[in-house]
Amino acid sequence: MEVEDIYIKLKEKFGEAIIDLVNNPPSDPFINVSPEKLFDICLELRDNPEFDFDYLMCLSGLDYVDNLQVVYHIYSMKKKHKIVLKVTVPKENPKVPSIERIWRSADWHEREAYDLFGIIFEGHHNLIRILLPYDWEGYPLRKDYKEPEFYHGIRVPY
Amino acid sequence: METFNVFEKIFGLNFLSALISVILPLVFLIIYALIAILGELKISAWIQERLGPMRTGPYGILQPLAEVVKLIQKEDIVPAGANRLLFNLAPYVIFAGSFAGFAVIPFSAAFVPAEINIGLFYVFAVGAFAVIGIVMGGWASNNKYSLLGAMRSASQMISYEIPGALVILSAAVLANSLDMQKITTLQDGGFWNWFLFGGPGNWTKIWIIPFTLLLSLIYMIASLAETNRTPFDIPEGESELVAGYHTEYSGMKFAMFFFAEYSNMFIVAAILTVVFLGGWTSPFGTFMGGFWWGIFWFILKAMFIVFIQIWLRWTLPRVRVDQLMYLGWKVLLPFSLVCFIVISLYRIIY
Amino acid sequence: MTTTKFVDIDFSKIDSDRMRLNVGPQHPSTHGVLRLEVELDGEVVTNVIPHIGYLHRCFEKIAENMNYQQVIPYIDRMDYISSMNNELPYVMAVEKLLGIKVPEKVEYIRVIMCELNRIANHQIAIATFGLDAGAFTPFLYLFRDREYILWIFEKATGGRLLFNYFWVGGLANDVYPTFKEDVLNIVKQVRKTNKEIEELLIYNKIFIDRTANVGILPADVAINYGCSGPVLRGSGVPFDLRKAEPYSIYDRFDFEIPVGKGEVGTVGDCWDRNIVRMREMEQSCRIIEQAIEQMPDTGDVQSAIPKKVRPPKGEIYFRCENPKGELGFYVVSDGKDKPYRVKGRAPSFVNLSVLPEISRGYLFADLIVILGSIDIVLGEIDR
Repeated sequence: MEVEDIYIKLKEKFGEAIIDLVNNPPSDPFINVSPEKLFDICLELRDNPEFDFDYLMCLSGLDYVDNLQVVYHIYSMKKKHKIVLKVTVPKENPKVPSIERIWRSADWHEREAYDLFGIIFEGHHNLIRILLPYDWEGYPLRKDYKEPEFYHGIRVPY
Repeated sequence: METFNVFEKIFGLNFLSALISVILPLVFLIIYALIAILGELKISAWIQERLGPMRTGPYGILQPLAEVVKLIQKEDIVPAGANRLLFNLAPYVIFAGSFAGFAVIPFSAAFVPAEINIGLFYVFAVGAFAVIGIVMGGWASNNKYSLLGAMRSASQMISYEIPGALVILSAAVLANSLDMQKITTLQDGGFWNWFLFGGPGNWTKIWIIPFTLLLSLIYMIASLAETNRTPFDIPEGESELVAGYHTEYSGMKFAMFFFAEYSNMFIVAAILTVVFLGGWTSPFGTFMGGFWWGIFWFILKAMFIVFIQIWLRWTLPRVRVDQLMYLGWKVLLPFSLVCFIVISLYRIIY
Repeated sequence: MTTTKFVDIDFSKIDSDRMRLNVGPQHPSTHGVLRLEVELDGEVVTNVIPHIGYLHRCFEKIAENMNYQQVIPYIDRMDYISSMNNELPYVMAVEKLLGIKVPEKVEYIRVIMCELNRIANHQIAIATFGLDAGAFTPFLYLFRDREYILWIFEKATGGRLLFNYFWVGGLANDVYPTFKEDVLNIVKQVRKTNKEIEELLIYNKIFIDRTANVGILPADVAINYGCSGPVLRGSGVPFDLRKAEPYSIYDRFDFEIPVGKGEVGTVGDCWDRNIVRMREMEQSCRIIEQAIEQMPDTGDVQSAIPKKVRPPKGEIYFRCENPKGELGFYVVSDGKDKPYRVKGRAPSFVNLSVLPEISRGYLFADLIVILGSIDIVLGEIDR
């Protein structure tokens, strides 16, 4: 199924929650969705036999200075089509519903996005840091991140 | 009683002859261990298409000496929280246990360090000593890997003593004796008299040849498990337990474990040699027989068994704990029981 | 005398039936600096919690401060035993953003190098898997063969492990004159050793006992966890990106996708994951032979390299079949000569997350085997 068809079908079902479809090659086309309905949209994408998206390829965080984005690359093993969803949240209150219960691969990906961007995935069963030490402060991949001077008495920059 | 110890004959039964009888096996053990370590390095290299150690001496033959020197120089570390007394004692307990086994091994027609008529039983009894040392060391190290290794080792060694003991029992029934020297002399006169091929006797022994062959195979497997060698090296399986019960040991204490392992390998090889391969007797009857040749044959046969142990180690993967127990209790034990019954029946009938 | 109290614990509240064991970060079979917090009930594993990040370098932050070409050496260091395969998706993602078509010869050399590196990677995977099961000798046989492959890489690129060979739009340099003969000799040698390994290790009774019916990963769980590569194919899913979404010139070659069939145990056990790697080596050999045959002799490998790599505004997710699974790069460009964001979707990272799921209820020795069958590289997990 093409991205346009998926977009139309989703738009019919979720209305306002599906914001727009951006398609300018060579970039991958992506659909902007609102964070409130994200979980339901993902559930629909997985469980509707028309879509049958069973494989979450990648989940990435993105920092656009005043707001944060989460990008979902989803693929269907059986139908061989893919789709990109984007969720934009303000930096002050970066809360996105967790889709860990839909695709278990999101578990570690979401922890990584939390670890490096500080995006809070609501409903994640174990949202703790994964790559950085558990007591690290700050979110390194944000564009305004400043390295700490010291970590447990060890000088960080050198 | 006639003595087989040549030193007792020369010096009489006094302190000097006893001292020589103790020191001689110890010297032999040390030389043997160095050769076996070199053998392990070189055989593994040969199997794996490597050269092995080449820098220490010509073809690296001084490598074991270099390793011993290295181990002596190493710092002796006792981990914090370890039980010092048991931790320090354990390697020596294990080594003493395995060295005590040398007391009854008939190296030749004229030399057994201590001549006792229940030699086989004695070897088994002191062999079980090692379990105490291993559990001691594993528990006292205050390390979970050591503890797991020690527990595995205890269960493994105790389990495999039963088929091993049944094999020895069958051999004792066949030989009518537990005296290792007597068992050896019974098999004198060529390889067809070995217990591997049914022992001395008339043509009726062909009925039990398959069973004696099976018994020797069972003992070989059980002995691998008792000495913690691959494929049964799960107590020290390095991919799981780092080094098992001797994880925390360093320096000379580690060397003690090392020596004990090689010494144990020799003891089980010696038992196998004595019971099934005719001990110091020549495989060709009186040809190349006699006192000096006896030592040669005995060491050759035992070393061949040691070689097989090394060979297997570098060929096979490691089994799992439950598979090991399965093999011990459900395969080896029934088979050895069957062999024991058949051999007992044979003894009753003939 | 005062007594020192080390820890203030209410001992009545401790679960005394279970033991917590820290496997790693320094342990012979964690394949790097992985720490597994294992909860043991006797010898039975009741829970596993992987702790990662000991090798974290924040590659993604570094990439934001480098220009597009300078990122490639850092990508080499992700999965450091199959660097060629790592470079390919990144390079192709940037090429796609730029709209560059690379010359035929470059495509062929890339495929040959990738497949050679796939063989080298699987050799390590099988070797260390055997080592985890306690077999030491096959390890050295396979490492000997891998050495021959590394010699080719060394002659062609100058590096043995980290190459920086694939550039955006081409290659760092052309291959050397006797390249084709060398590669064909390697293929012969690999096939010979594989036969030996099958006899010595794969069909060994003890090895089968250790690995069959252990760590069973059903197909639906594997897909839901996002597993890919041999881990997914071992569960019987014939999904290979080289066939499903042919990139580069993979649609020109004739090869099969080996999948786990449960020959000696259940579909999706450790033995199946391992045999998939074994058979993939044979398929890689076939691809290499075809590629060597079709490869044009002439052509400038640097003709398409742009003077300045400055992709237009846009974003792309490009994925390739790494030996360990699906390696994807999500590259976001804001029109400058430095990437706005590079995210690496590491196959080992995703594959490792399935470990707690498939190792519960097995023995501790099995946990090591299961971990070995997933074939992880910590450089890629921690990035």
